[in-house]
Amino acid sequence: MNAELAQLLDRVRGLSEDVDFACVREWKGQGSGRKAVGYMPIYVPRELIHASGMLPVGVLGAGDRLEIIRGDAYFQSYICHIPRSTIEMALTGRLDVLDGMLFPSICDVIRNLSGMWRLLFPDRYVRYVDVPQNFSPDVGGAYWRRELEQLWSDFSGLAGRPRDARALARSLEIYNENRREIRRLYEARSLEPWLYPASELYLVTRAGSVLPPEEHTTLLRRYRELVAEESERREEDLSRIVLVGTFCEQPPLGLLLTLERAGCSIVDDDLLLGLRWLTEDVPEEGDPLDRLAAAYLECSCQTASVYQPEGRRGGWLVESVKRNQAEGVIFCAPSFCDPALLEQPMLVEALAAEGIPHTQFKYSENTGQFAVIREQAGTFSDSIRLWSEA
Amino acid sequence: MNIFVGVDLGSTTTKAVLLDERGTIAGRGITNSRSNYEVASRVAREEALVTARFNLVRNALVADSELAGIADGFVPLLERTFRREQYRDQLRRLRGELHRSGDRGRRSQSPTRLREVLDLIVDEMDERADRHFGALAVRKSDFFRDLAGGDYMALAERFAEPGGVEFETLSGLFDRAILPVENSVSETPMEELVGRALDAAVGASGPRGGAAAGLELAVARVRSTPLEELSSVGTGYGRQRLPFPKEQIRSEILCHGLGAHVMFPATKTVLDIGGQDTKAIQVDENGIVTSFQMNDRCAAGCGRYLGYIADEMNLGVHELGPLAQQATTCVKINSTCTVFAGAELRERLSLGQRREDILAGLHRAIVLRAMSLLARSGGVREEFTFTGGVARNPAAVAALEQLVAENYGERTINISPDSIYTGALGAALFALSASRKAA
Amino acid sequence: MLLQKEMIGKHYRDLASAGDEGSKVVYTFVPGNLTELMGSFGVLPVLPEINALQSGMRKLSGDYISEAEKQGHSEDVCTYVKCDIGMLKKGNVGPTGLKLPEPDLLLLSYTGCFTFMKWFELLRQEYDCPVAMLHVPYQADGRIHDHHRDYIVEQLESEVIPKLEQVTGRRFDEERLRQRLALSAEAENDLVWVLESAKNVPSPIDAYFGGVYYIGPIFTAFRGTQAGVEYYQTLRAEIEERLAERRGPTTPEGELEEERYRLVMEGPPNWTSFREFWRMFSEEGAVVVASSYTKVGGLYDRGFRHDPERPLATLADYCMGCYTNLSLPARVDLIADYIREYRADGFMINSVKSCNSFSVGQLLMLRQLEERTGVPGGFIESDLVDPRYFSSANIKNRIESYLQMLEQKRGTAA
Repeated sequence: MNAELAQLLDRVRGLSEDVDFACVREWKGQGSGRKAVGYMPIYVPRELIHASGMLPVGVLGAGDRLEIIRGDAYFQSYICHIPRSTIEMALTGRLDVLDGMLFPSICDVIRNLSGMWRLLFPDRYVRYVDVPQNFSPDVGGAYWRRELEQLWSDFSGLAGRPRDARALARSLEIYNENRREIRRLYEARSLEPWLYPASELYLVTRAGSVLPPEEHTTLLRRYRELVAEESERREEDLSRIVLVGTFCEQPPLGLLLTLERAGCSIVDDDLLLGLRWLTEDVPEEGDPLDRLAAAYLECSCQTASVYQPEGRRGGWLVESVKRNQAEGVIFCAPSFCDPALLEQPMLVEALAAEGIPHTQFKYSENTGQFAVIREQAGTFSDSIRLWSEA
Repeated sequence: MNIFVGVDLGSTTTKAVLLDERGTIAGRGITNSRSNYEVASRVAREEALVTARFNLVRNALVADSELAGIADGFVPLLERTFRREQYRDQLRRLRGELHRSGDRGRRSQSPTRLREVLDLIVDEMDERADRHFGALAVRKSDFFRDLAGGDYMALAERFAEPGGVEFETLSGLFDRAILPVENSVSETPMEELVGRALDAAVGASGPRGGAAAGLELAVARVRSTPLEELSSVGTGYGRQRLPFPKEQIRSEILCHGLGAHVMFPATKTVLDIGGQDTKAIQVDENGIVTSFQMNDRCAAGCGRYLGYIADEMNLGVHELGPLAQQATTCVKINSTCTVFAGAELRERLSLGQRREDILAGLHRAIVLRAMSLLARSGGVREEFTFTGGVARNPAAVAALEQLVAENYGERTINISPDSIYTGALGAALFALSASRKAA
Repeated sequence: MLLQKEMIGKHYRDLASAGDEGSKVVYTFVPGNLTELMGSFGVLPVLPEINALQSGMRKLSGDYISEAEKQGHSEDVCTYVKCDIGMLKKGNVGPTGLKLPEPDLLLLSYTGCFTFMKWFELLRQEYDCPVAMLHVPYQADGRIHDHHRDYIVEQLESEVIPKLEQVTGRRFDEERLRQRLALSAEAENDLVWVLESAKNVPSPIDAYFGGVYYIGPIFTAFRGTQAGVEYYQTLRAEIEERLAERRGPTTPEGELEEERYRLVMEGPPNWTSFREFWRMFSEEGAVVVASSYTKVGGLYDRGFRHDPERPLATLADYCMGCYTNLSLPARVDLIADYIREYRADGFMINSVKSCNSFSVGQLLMLRQLEERTGVPGGFIESDLVDPRYFSSANIKNRIESYLQMLEQKRGTAA
C-alpha cells in the first residue's frame, strides 16, 4: 500500500478510536476562546455551530474502547449500549472538552439522555433538537425555522459572537462541499467497491465527525486520489449488499471487516447518516436560515426515525438496492434499538415484494465476537451468489 | 440456656446461627439446600444445636483449671466422633433405602444377588467411616451426599462386575436412595447421637484420675443443660417457603446488612455475590439498611455464571480463581450473559488465547457488573464488606480491590472466613431483638 | 366501578356495530388524545394501548406477542406494539370478545413516545386508510413555548381537522368542540379532587392500582361527554363518603384495614399480573398515594384544564403537558413534590422493559430523588404485557425488602 494512503488510514483510525478527543483539544488550543459543541446521532444543523466559529463534534459512543464502569449504573439491561459509553465518557471527564451538547430527536433513549445531561451537568449547555415530523413548509417549516433561529442565538451566545448571515452562508457552502465529496465517494464505491472497502470508507467518513469540515473535505479528496493510484486493489467477485440499521450506535470496525471477509461487498449503507443527511446541496440564493430550514424538509434522507407522510415504507431501500445493483440487504441493528428494530419488519416487507434477499442480526458497539455473524453473512453471501447464478 | 435462631435458606446451602442472650454466637450449622427446604432448615438448625453443645463442652472445660489443658484435644475428638456416629446413622438409612429401591426395580439380576452386592458396598463404606473422621482426615465436603456418594461410586465400580451386577444399576440406585435419606430426618434424635459421641469421646480421650472424674462431671452437666429456643427468624432466597410464620421472616437484604455490621462494625457498604443473585447494600452505623440494589432478572454476573464457566472448562469452581491469578494479561470479555459465555469462551480458546487470561477477564466482567450495582446503590463507602460464595474466590477479590481503589479510592475491604453465615447471623440478631422488644 | 364497566362495555358494543351504524372509527393513543375534537366529529376512538393492556390483564398478551415475534418483530421492542399487531393478526377481537372495526383514520398523536410513530406506520401497512400525524414537540427545557403551541395548532388546522372532515364528511364545528371542552373541565375538577383525596392520612384511595380505574374514562373515550361528567361526580361522592367514614382503599382482598406505608409510584404497572402485583403491596399495608402513571393522559392536578375559550390552543397545551412529554428534570421535580405533598414514606419505581420513554433515566431519577427528599427509593423491573418479564419471586423479594427497610428505619427514628 502506498505510504501516504497507509498514513492517512492510520490517522482516521486513530481519530475514530480516540475516546479522549485529542484532536478537538488540539483544535481548541490553536486559538484563544475556541469552543466545541458535541452532538449525538443522527442529524443536527452543524452549519450553525460552524458559522458561530465553533467546532461541531460527533459523539458516537466509545465502541469497545472503554470499560463501562459507571455507565451501567444508569441504564437497565434492556437499553442499548451507546448511552452507557457516552455517560461513561462524560463522567470520566472525556467530554469536558465540549462546551455544549446536542441531542437530536432520534428515539426515546437519546431524548431522555438529554434530560440526564441536564441533571448531571446543570452548568453545561444542553439542547434537545426536536426536528419536525411535519414536512409542510408553512407548518413544520415555520416551526423548524424558529428552532434553528433559537439554536443559532444559543450558539452565538455560547461563542460570544453576533449572528452573522454571511458567515452562515459561507458555512452552508463549506458543508455542501463536504457532503458533495462524501457523495462522490459513495458513488465511486458503488461502481468499484473493491477499491473502497467499507471499513476504510467508514473511517474516512467518520473523521468528519471530529475534524473541521474544510480539513475533512481535503482529506476525502486526497483519499480518493490515493486509492485511484493504488494498483494492488483488484476486482473481486463478492456479493453486493446494502447494510441497514447502523445509523446510531456504531458497529464495531471488526463487524464491517467480518462482513467483507465473509464475501459481502457493501455498496450502500446508513452509516454516519448525519454527516450526509442532506442529499442535495443547500441552495446558494436567499436567506441562509430559510435555506437551511427548507433543506431539511426537502432533501433529508430517509431513515427509521423520520416520519414519512405518504406511501409505504422502505421505498428508499428498494431504490438503493436497484440504484447500486445490490444483490441483497443485511439488516444489522444494535440490540434494543427501537427505531431500527421497529422499522425492520416494514423494510422486510418492501424487500419481499421485490424478491430481494435479506438476512438480519444484531450487534452492540462493544461486540467483540463475530464468529456467528461471519458464518451467517458467509452463508448469506454464498446463497445470493448461487441464487443469482441460477 | 436460652437461644435465638437465624436460618438462611440459600439456593445452594442452608445456614443456621444460634445466639445466646448476650448476642454471642452459640452454634452454627450448614447443610446443602436439597429440594426440600423444610428438611434443609431443620438439618441446619440441628447441626447448629450440635455445635452449640460442643461449644458448651469447650467452655466448661476451659472454665475448669484442671481440664483447661485437654480442651484443645477433647473437643475436636468429640466432634469427629459425633460426625462418625452421625455418618453411620445416615449409612444405616441409606442401606435401608438402597434395599427398598433394589427390591422395587424389575431387573435381570436376582434381588438377592443385588442385595448382597449392596450390602458389600455399604459394609465397606461403614468401615471407611473411621478414615473419613480420623484426626488427620481431609474431607472434600462435609455433606453426606458428597462423602457417601464418592465412596459408593468407587466401591460400586469395584463390586459390580464380580457381583454380576451392572454398574449403571448400582449408580441409579444410589441416586434414588439418597433423596429420601436427605429429605427426611433421622429417627435417631440428634441429642442421642451427641450423647453417644460424648460417651465415646470420654472413653477414648483417656484422662486419668481426678481429671477423668471432672471430665465426666462436666460432660454430664452439659448434657443436661437444656437449649431452649426462644425465637427464630428465617431469611434467604427460598424464604417464602420457610417453615416460619410470616412475621418471623426477614428480607435477606436486611439480614445481610445487619450480619455484616456485626461481623465488621464499621461496615457502610456490603456486596454479596451469591449463586443466584448479587446485592449491593448500604447500611448506617447501626447496621440498618438505607438503600440496596439487586441484579435484574437474569443471573448474569452471579456465582452461577462461574459455575457454568467451570463446567465449560471442565474445572471445579474453586479452581477458577487461582488459575485466573496466573494470567499475564486480562482478556476483555463483553458478555456476562450465561447464555453467550460458553460460545465466547470457546471462540477465544480457539483463537489461541490463554485459559488463564480469559479467566482473568471473566472474573473482571463479573466484578464490573457488581460495580454497577454498587454505584446504583450509592457507591462504595468506608468500610466495605464483601460476602457470599464469590468472596472466597481470590481472583474476584483481587479484581474488586483494584476496581474499588480506581473508582472510589482506598477502601478497607473486609472478608470474613465465616461470611457464608452473614445472612443467618443477621436473622438470629433479628430474632434476639424481637424477643428483647417483646420482653 | 360498575358504572365504569357499563360505560366501557357500551363503548365496545358501539365499536362493534360501527360498520352497521355508519359510524367512523379513529385509532389513536392515550397521551395527547384529542377526544373532544374527535367527539365533535362524532367519530369513535379505538385506543390500541388500552386494548393491549386489557389483553394483558386477560392473559392473552403472551400469545399475541409470540404471534408478532413469529412474524419478524424483534424480541427487544415494545410489547404493546407486538401485542396489538398479534391481536390484529389473530382476528382483531377486542377485550370484550367483540371484533374491533377497522380504522377509517389513524390519528397519530406523536406525544411523549417515539414508538407511537412506528406503531402507526406498522398499522398503516395493514390498513388502507389515511393517517393524520400530529407532531407534539417535547418539553425538553421544562416549559411550553409559544411557537410550539402554534406549531401544534397549525397541524390541527392543516392536517388533523381536514382529515377528520374528509373521513366524516362533516365540517369542523368549533362550537361543538367548545361544549365538549367545557364538559371535560368539569370532569377534570372532580378527578383532581379524587386524586388529591390521597393527601389524607390514612388515604381513602390507592392512587396507582386503584388509580388506573379512576383515570380510565377520562383518558379514553369519555372525556368531554356527559357520561364522563357523571362518572366523576359519582366517583367523587363515593370517595367523599369513604373519607367521611375513614375507610381505607379497596384492594383485591377487600378494604385495606391498616395503612402502614405511604408510597409514591413512578412508572406504569405490569398488566399481566396486575392483581398479584397489587397484592404484593396491599398485603403489606402499602398504599400508593400518588403516581406518575396516572398522569400519562394529562397533569390535571398541576392545574391544567381544557379551556373552551381557546379550543385549539388548549388541545395543544394538553398534548404537550402529558407526563411522558416532560423532561427528566421536570419529572424529578414532580415526584419530589408528590413525596412532600402526600407525606410519603418512600417512593418506588417500576421500570418496564417496553417503555424507554418512561424507563431511560429512572436510575438517575432514583438517586436524585433520594438526595433531594431524603426518602429512600425502591426499584423493581417488569414489563407492561410480556408475561415472560414478570418474575414474581424476584419482584416480591424486592418489594418486601424495601418495605421492611422502611419499617426498620422508622423503628430507629422513633
